[in-house]
Amino acid sequence: MLDNLSTRLQTIFDRLGGRGRLTEENVQEALREVRVALLEADVNFKVVRTFVERVLARAVGQDVLKSLTPAQQVVKVVHDELVELLGGSGHRLAPAPHPPTVIMLIGLQGSGKTTTAAKLARHYTTQGQHPILAAADTYRPAAQDQLQTLGAELGVPVVGAPGEAPLAICRRAREEAAARGLTPLILDTAGRLHIDEPMLEELRAIRREVAPHHVLLVVDAMTGQDAVNVAERFNRAVGIDAVVLTKLDGDARGGAALSVRSVTGRPIAFVGTGEKTDALEPFHPDRLASRILGMGDVLSLVERAQASVDQEQAEALVRKLREDAFTLEDFRAQLRQVRQMGPLDQLLGMLPFGRALRGAPQELTAESADLDRFDAIIASMTPGERRHPDTINGSRRQRIARGSGTSVQDVNRLLKQHAQLRKMMKQLKGMEGKLPRMKGLPGFPTPRG
Amino acid sequence: MSLLSGVGERLREGLRRSQEFLAAGLGAVLASERPIDDALWEELEELLIAADLGAALAADFANRAREEVMFGTVTRAAELRPLFRRFLLDALAPAAQPLDLDHRPAVVLMLGVNGSGKTTTCAKLAAQLRAGGKSVLLAAADTFRAAAIEQLQRWGERIGVEVVHQAAGSDPAAVVFDAVKAAAARSLDVLIVDTAGRLHTKSNLMDELAKLRRVIARQLPGAPHEALMVLDATTGQNGFAQARVFHEAIALTGVCLTKLDGTARGGIVVRIVRELTLPIKLIGVGERLEDLQAFDPAAFVDALVPAG
Ligand SMILES: Nc1nc2c(ncn2[C@@H]2O[C@H](COP(=O)(O)OP(=O)(O)OP(=O)(O)O)[C@@H](O)[C@H]2O)c(=O)[nH]1
Ligand SMILES: [Mg+2]
Repeated sequence: MLDNLSTRLQTIFDRLGGRGRLTEENVQEALREVRVALLEADVNFKVVRTFVERVLARAVGQDVLKSLTPAQQVVKVVHDELVELLGGSGHRLAPAPHPPTVIMLIGLQGSGKTTTAAKLARHYTTQGQHPILAAADTYRPAAQDQLQTLGAELGVPVVGAPGEAPLAICRRAREEAAARGLTPLILDTAGRLHIDEPMLEELRAIRREVAPHHVLLVVDAMTGQDAVNVAERFNRAVGIDAVVLTKLDGDARGGAALSVRSVTGRPIAFVGTGEKTDALEPFHPDRLASRILGMGDVLSLVERAQASVDQEQAEALVRKLREDAFTLEDFRAQLRQVRQMGPLDQLLGMLPFGRALRGAPQELTAESADLDRFDAIIASMTPGERRHPDTINGSRRQRIARGSGTSVQDVNRLLKQHAQLRKMMKQLKGMEGKLPRMKGLPGFPTPRG
Repeated sequence: MSLLSGVGERLREGLRRSQEFLAAGLGAVLASERPIDDALWEELEELLIAADLGAALAADFANRAREEVMFGTVTRAAELRPLFRRFLLDALAPAAQPLDLDHRPAVVLMLGVNGSGKTTTCAKLAAQLRAGGKSVLLAAADTFRAAAIEQLQRWGERIGVEVVHQAAGSDPAAVVFDAVKAAAARSLDVLIVDTAGRLHTKSNLMDELAKLRRVIARQLPGAPHEALMVLDATTGQNGFAQARVFHEAIALTGVCLTKLDGTARGGIVVRIVRELTLPIKLIGVGERLEDLQAFDPAAFVDALVPAG
């Protein structure tokens, strides 16, 4: 299991720093951890190589060597550099001077083009526009039905019938968009391999004849090292203007985004975060940088919490995360509340230091039996014990175990996990301000919208 | 049967198309007569990483190779190629296992993350079993994704296999219940269940899958006989988390590795095989019905480290 990068760097610098001043070699050694972290996040190894060189140059040039907190400094440099490479946020697909604006989606099989087409249609609908969809995947069985169904749900017209060729569908869609004053026109094409020449030619033909203003490469966030080949080939063969990163609602670290960005130089316009048509978000490089580094994504956590529970509950969760005084009562309350929120393990995985933390609560959430046992244990404690768990010595543990019908090991486990959570929260507090670009940390920002 | 014949041939054909990506890759480095130095080790490791074996596993293989060099069993760079091939083959050999379909009906549950190739694999498998003289039934238990039922139905029409289905949005457990009942009543050979794509991090969807499994087992003790996770070969390190979590949730019997006709090598399965001891029961090498094969470790290793 990957430990948190900050923690690993801390360990290294603790060991090195004990012997006096840090040298450039020390930093180099630390950067080996950065390399491994990026590789585990699926950043292509060549991209990693150049990246680490850049970071070394920058880290040595800065105060890292003299810093009292070299690990934090290195993390900051790495994070900043990643944010820079990932490019600016809020990339907008500029509307065409003469509507319709045509957006074309291309990519490998199964990357999420059709779903993304529907999401984009919805996105523009909510902005007051009147989009139209072209179902130009005539290969995969029922791909057109899929888009028809989604279009009907959204009240967006869909062009494309069986028996019609992809190019003809796109052309007809463009005419129809112009005639009916609909924009943008979103072209959904069939998934294909980046080495399939005849199929690439089909995309080129559509590009030539329909002249889309924005060609978007749809990339699965779970993609591994091959992302560079895929992106480079599609870019060379068809040409891409921007990227959509899909399936970010899983726990893939999304390093492929950095690979794609480095080989194409194209910005990431949107990210997909769920199967429903509303799960499309603008891209935030700082969030993805944190995620790639396994440093968690508190901002997304907060937003996710807000989306899945009511405002009050979300605020309570945030407050508890910030509070240092975190009693066993709070622990129990949070476990219960968070159980209602569903995928707790996922939420916790997004926290800074979430990796260390993750082992514990996953254990908790995996089985509700455990939660029940924890309930029983906490119920058998005195109010004083709940507020001051450190007073719970060996004989008290035995008493609590007997009283709750559990074992001393169970009690120990509960206390240990509670202690871990507290420690983690302290670290979280300690990190505030030290990583100024991790927007989520300093002030737990206000809710969206 | 066609699943077992011509093994590896289509794979190799697919691989030839992507040879140019490998030309500058592992093969070239391993074949060269350069000295064994730090730079070489680093490149070797990176090339295993490029095949998605993961940094840790690549380091592990490199360390084992280093030991052989230390003991003097290997002295030239060119000898490292066979060595790495042997390591990989040793790791993957136990993974080549046939489907267990020796039941009537045998039930195959196809599952995995979104877009990995489940529905297509169901259709390919059904077509091949059918061609081998078996009676087959398909169940459209993806009631969630738009037109997922229609997708399987189209395949069913094309290959002449009946598809058990209900309306979109209905309970997948009910579909599966009907399908198992029908397959048992008619004493069919194989029932193949297509399920909705789901990310392994969504606990409610994983619960739903576990429920499907229970429904099948309750009706037909011992079933499902195969619970296969369909994995896209393009997947990186997350593929391991997928396999681990799906395995924990519903006890997989194996993995189907799809899209090996691309340029990705699917190296993450090495870790899945080693750490989870899961077999690779099928591989997908294209979009046509015949593009489904048994897993051949030697051919797979050829793709990772060409014999030269
Ligand atoms: N090149 C290639 N494409 C494949 C292979 N297997 C499946 N595909 C394609 O991948 C795409 C997705 O396949 P599906 O079978 O619909 O995937 P799925 O897992 O059922 O997808 P969801 O149900 O939406 O989660 C389709 O375009 C298939 O044709 C393969 O081995 N090689
Ligand atoms: Mg499907």
